[in-house]
Amino acid sequence: MLDNLDLLTLAPVLNVQLLLDGLFIGGIFVLAAYGLALVWGVMNVKNLAQGEYVIMGGYFAWHLGTYGIHPILSLPLVFAIMFAFGWVVYLLVIKWVISRDLFTSLLATFGIALIVQQGLNLAYGPEVRTANSGFGTNVLFGGLVTIADIKIVSFGLCILLAASVIVFMKTSRMGQAIRATAQDARAAKIMGIDTERVYAFTYSLNAAICGAAGVLVSMIWVIQPFYGVPHSIRAFVIVTAAGLGNIPGVIVAGLGLGVAEQYSGFVLGAEFQQATALILLVLVLIWRQIQLAQHRQVVQ
Amino acid sequence: MTSDNTLPRSGTLADQGAGGRAAGRRIAVNADNTPWYVYLLLAVFAVGAPFVFPAYTTQIAFLWLMILFALTWDIAGGQMGYNSLGNIFFFGAGMYISAIVQIGLFTDVGAYTSARGGEQLVQDHGDYFYGLVLGTAAAAVGCVVLALLLGRIVFGLRGPYFAIGTLGIALSARELAGTWAWIGGGSGIAMPVYPGQPHEKSVVFYIALFTLAALTFAFLRWLYATRFGLAVNAIRDDEEKAEAMGIHTLRHKQVAWAVAAFFLGMSGAIFGNMTGFVEPLEVAFPTVTFGIFMVVMALLGGKGTLWGPVIGATLFHVVKEVTWTYLLGWQWVALGLLIVVNVVFFQEGIMGWMQRRWPERFGITVDERLSTGGDAGREGTP
Amino acid sequence: MTYCFESVRASKSNLSRTLTGFVLAGATAGLIAGGPASAKVEGDTIILGSANSLTGKYSSNGVDTQNGYDLAIKTINEMGGVTIDGKQYKLAVKYYDDESTPARTAQLLERLIEQDGVQYILGPYSSPTTIAAAPVVEKYKVPMVEAEGASRALFNKGYKYTFAVLSTSEQYLASAVALAAEVAEKNGKQPSEVRVAMVFENDAFSQDVRAGVVEDMEKFGMQVILDDKMPSDLSDISATLTKVKALKPDLLVISGHNKGAVTAARQMKELQVEVPMVAMTHCEGAKVIDQFGAAADGYLCPTQWAETLSYSDKYFGSAADYDKLFKESFEGYSTVPYQAAQASAAVLVWKEAFEKANSLDTEKVRDAIAATDMETFYGPIKFSEAGNNIAKPMVLRQIQNGEYNVVAPSKYASHELVWPREAMY
Repeated sequence: MLDNLDLLTLAPVLNVQLLLDGLFIGGIFVLAAYGLALVWGVMNVKNLAQGEYVIMGGYFAWHLGTYGIHPILSLPLVFAIMFAFGWVVYLLVIKWVISRDLFTSLLATFGIALIVQQGLNLAYGPEVRTANSGFGTNVLFGGLVTIADIKIVSFGLCILLAASVIVFMKTSRMGQAIRATAQDARAAKIMGIDTERVYAFTYSLNAAICGAAGVLVSMIWVIQPFYGVPHSIRAFVIVTAAGLGNIPGVIVAGLGLGVAEQYSGFVLGAEFQQATALILLVLVLIWRQIQLAQHRQVVQ
Repeated sequence: MTSDNTLPRSGTLADQGAGGRAAGRRIAVNADNTPWYVYLLLAVFAVGAPFVFPAYTTQIAFLWLMILFALTWDIAGGQMGYNSLGNIFFFGAGMYISAIVQIGLFTDVGAYTSARGGEQLVQDHGDYFYGLVLGTAAAAVGCVVLALLLGRIVFGLRGPYFAIGTLGIALSARELAGTWAWIGGGSGIAMPVYPGQPHEKSVVFYIALFTLAALTFAFLRWLYATRFGLAVNAIRDDEEKAEAMGIHTLRHKQVAWAVAAFFLGMSGAIFGNMTGFVEPLEVAFPTVTFGIFMVVMALLGGKGTLWGPVIGATLFHVVKEVTWTYLLGWQWVALGLLIVVNVVFFQEGIMGWMQRRWPERFGITVDERLSTGGDAGREGTP
Repeated sequence: MTYCFESVRASKSNLSRTLTGFVLAGATAGLIAGGPASAKVEGDTIILGSANSLTGKYSSNGVDTQNGYDLAIKTINEMGGVTIDGKQYKLAVKYYDDESTPARTAQLLERLIEQDGVQYILGPYSSPTTIAAAPVVEKYKVPMVEAEGASRALFNKGYKYTFAVLSTSEQYLASAVALAAEVAEKNGKQPSEVRVAMVFENDAFSQDVRAGVVEDMEKFGMQVILDDKMPSDLSDISATLTKVKALKPDLLVISGHNKGAVTAARQMKELQVEVPMVAMTHCEGAKVIDQFGAAADGYLCPTQWAETLSYSDKYFGSAADYDKLFKESFEGYSTVPYQAAQASAAVLVWKEAFEKANSLDTEKVRDAIAATDMETFYGPIKFSEAGNNIAKPMVLRQIQNGEYNVVAPSKYASHELVWPREAMY
């Protein structure tokens, strides 16, 4: 572990590599986390199938790739397919969950996650896949730092996607309806907003955002039917840390988590990489609880 | 946006979904009035099974384990309204604690594990059972301590945060156990070999698991009928009010979890020896299999009841054993569907449904005078 | 709240009837659960049993294994099956899915033996599951011929009923280490100057491979400069590879089943890791050539078997014939993974043992297996006392221009080693 820290001080440019890798990956985490914050905040559904939607999007991109469609071009298509899929899941399951107990949505979406995982496994087999973007790689600092072009492109797409969703939420009628429903569903209903439709739209939008994130994952990383769980956990870490409705917080936490994972993988060893997200999750929860306890004392 | 203090306090579905019905049944169930011959029949089945159906010994032993899982999950999940997704942590922790004790009594643990199964503990019956009993006891004590310590942290969390926090603990435990070379890391630990004949081993572990499940049931049957049981129910129904009534909620929550940890830890110790090979990802902390099964079984049977988890576990295990192996590959889809249907459309579980269907059989009498007055409108809802 | 709290007067009989009904129904159902136990021989078919990984983390290799078993069964049956005491029998396999979990493997084997009456076991896929399976077959004194568990932990316990047709895990990368020493000497360096970086999955198999590599390195006095483990889902090792780039080792060894191999190949391509010698297990299973093309060039891949080797038998013909037959029988394989070949070889061992024992008695068949000494398309098979195959060597292939060519040991080598590795990123 100390050797690894030494290595960082001896060759400081490695920090650049770790930081960039972390940020590029973190951008994708932000997308999935933003989707989660949306469904959690608007309809109080804790979607444990978040990571599975990501992987599902990735597989669709890979699948379209086998027909010769470039993964980037398949992005809008996957977005649309996942939106429709989200709508179907909403009608079949989520619709009945919204008004229910908090635990219900966790377990119900966990059930969905299992079905999606195994469905993908049956459809595409358990091999690890990666969609080929055919882009080159930039070499910096005499080969010590390499940045694949696709990572830069995917980061750009992340920003574009996130920005358009934010603009959509701010300006469009549906976006306004969603925000109104999040603030007070009853009042929104009284004002003539079809909250049913708002919920369906929100859930589908989340599935679509995750699917788009999945397309990026399939290009810059690897996908496999059972790789969804870490993505779900990350989304929960980020949203729990940032708090609902705090978009800048989600962005910072997402990018930060990406970087933290890279550094822990480097310094502590890759076997700690996944433990990092989990330990951060537990720490964030403890921290929140301390905050809460203080709040309670004030009330008392 | 939703913040913690506006969330409903506890996760009782029955209360929100079904109004007063749940309140009535609770106390009726707490005082268990199952007739003696049900217990007798069960005992006869349990004792006779390994002799009458020797080929099924291990499968029925698994049934007792599943019942134990569902019962212990229900202590916090059903009776107290704290839905944990991480109870499997105690199963794995118990398994590792007992493995360390059983090996540490006779040889150096680090050397044993670094040999990666190269070294073997050959013991006679005396040494083996000495190690097993001590290891199981250590697992029980260790898990209680862990539950009390972790309870202080996680029981400040409410609703979904509690579920996610406990899930986080179970998942980090499996990652961290894999990085700890002293306990074998990802390669795991080969447990001491049972010294006797194969069928004898099956029967020994069958008896161990049955005894443990029976003890768990008997203890919970007693516990739910005590003041403690009522206090725990009060926490589920309204934690703030329970606190205002003078119940030390944190202590009750910790103790309830520690009870679950006590039995789960011992079951882990026994299971580790039964399998003979302890490994973090799939054997000790199988979070998405056993860890979720225990929740599903309790929900299926009806959570917050004494018999619900037993019925749910029996049904789940039997159906799973019959169908699972024929579904090659589709079994997980089936499990996912079962969870969704169970949670979304049949949340009251079998016991809950029966109580609603035939309340009089459960000793719940509807007081006509009261039900026609006051908030009668609510009572009409199924 | 109008259900009255005081009105708890249990109507005992009704409640009890309901509960008793449940308990009895559950119990009865539990007993008929497994269905009637079938005999080990049904009519003229001998039933072999296997709990294989069809879901979970080993499922891709598990499917290769099952294909291997099925192909051999089909071939043997088409050639007339097994002749015992003048009677012809067909072979069939009863499969269960162990979900890649050792505990489930043990449980299902018990079920195969006790409830289904199976007396002849084919191994599961992977070392951890085989480690769980071995004590079970030992316990019931039922022979198991396994093809996919290479961990040393299987062969130092004195098991009498477990036989492995494959070479053990410490041999996987031994020739890669020897080759690195050879190359160093050729370049006028001492083998002890060779600096090695190791990246291994954190499971029983890969850690065993690692132990073998460490032992071999100690023989040459080589230096370990990096010893990392992969994260448990094997999805990202870029931080480790960044270290590799900075440390510039002479030899990089990687082992992490199919998933680890894909992740490593993908991220080495992306990070443009330039190490003169890279040895990696499971290249074929991970289909690295198909997926990464020229970027995979130069990898050294240990294999239990190669279709270019000159082995042959009367069932499949030569290794090349097997390769052809396999590709015709199953879709989606451009290279036949050795996992499939050794699975087929395990079935051949069963067939010859049945005929040599000329009996269905498990003890006699076990003795016949122990005395196996045969040539197969997969290589010679002869078991040691411990049950591992001591007759067949591991070979090391290098990916050269998109082809797997055997480069070591020199006895089998068809091509020269390309050193330093020149990958086209």
